[in-house]
Amino acid sequence: MKRRNWLIVAAIVLLTVSPLWLVPHLGIGAAVGPDGQPAGLFGGADGKAQEAIGEIAPDYQPWFKPLLEPASSEIASLLFALQAALGAGVIGYWLGCAVTRDKLRRAAERDATEKETRAD
Amino acid sequence: MHIMEGFLPLQHAVGWSLASAPFVAWGIHSVRRRLREQPEQRMLLGVAAAFAFVLSALKLPSVTGSCSHPTGVGLGALLFGPLAMVPVGLVVLLFQALLLAHGGLTTLGANLFSMAIVGPFVAAGIFRLGRRFAVPLAGCVFFAACLGDLATYLTTAIQLAWAFPDPAGGFAASLAKFAGIFAVTQIPLAISEGLLTVLVVNALVRFNAEELKGLALFSPREVRA
Repeated sequence: MKRRNWLIVAAIVLLTVSPLWLVPHLGIGAAVGPDGQPAGLFGGADGKAQEAIGEIAPDYQPWFKPLLEPASSEIASLLFALQAALGAGVIGYWLGCAVTRDKLRRAAERDATEKETRAD
Repeated sequence: MHIMEGFLPLQHAVGWSLASAPFVAWGIHSVRRRLREQPEQRMLLGVAAAFAFVLSALKLPSVTGSCSHPTGVGLGALLFGPLAMVPVGLVVLLFQALLLAHGGLTTLGANLFSMAIVGPFVAAGIFRLGRRFAVPLAGCVFFAACLGDLATYLTTAIQLAWAFPDPAGGFAASLAKFAGIFAVTQIPLAISEGLLTVLVVNALVRFNAEELKGLALFSPREVRA
């Protein structure tokens, strides 16, 4: 089980890192933008969809603006990091509790069996 | 899968909000009832919500040369049923819409429908189907989380194609375009999400076997295995 979990972790890392190498080297994805300039790689898919809307319906005007926009991309990454940290904190807390509880339970079981054998 | 603020025409924005609203009410009701009946599951529900928080914050590179993020709602849908993930998705999407200008209030209904309704329902459905045909637990979890994630992005593509049909090719041409952007990009990410969910479920089976017995979708037989 432990080995399989590590294999899963390795697969996830490989799946995430390999596009970084594959895309520029194999030339998948739009290497050249519509304006002939090299397109920015690894932009957000949400932004791409926004561009596609612009191509399909050039006259469409967004009719509502976000109430609050992150002042810069640094602030945006701060907030995304905060979101991930909140989640990861909760998961870490649970994992810590769960592992400790498991350990204590095993220790208690061991003590109980030892006492039994001594009583015999 | 976040449709940007203001990027759905008014009728669509209202329509999707109306479609999502009953699920939100039903979801909140179902979570409250569950916590009242089984308060010991609060921790696991927190873990499922935290998982969605982490995964939807991670924008990962994909083979199409753009970045997208997993949704993380599959795990909770398997453990607590799809309805429990509606309020969780609402919190995540509100956080991102209000503070990050990622997604938006006018598109909240549509984004909620794809991420917190279609995704979890597909995930739970596939999980149930797999269990019925005695597919091993890890396989069920993987395909449920992976296909649930893909279903979310396919829904977004359909929503956008419906709102913006191609002037020449109509809905189909538009759908092909948006699906190319969202669904194809999402394939490796969906696989990653499936694998990550398997990891978490492995840990749950090992450490929280007692709590899992109280969850409808996990039969006690599996938990012991």
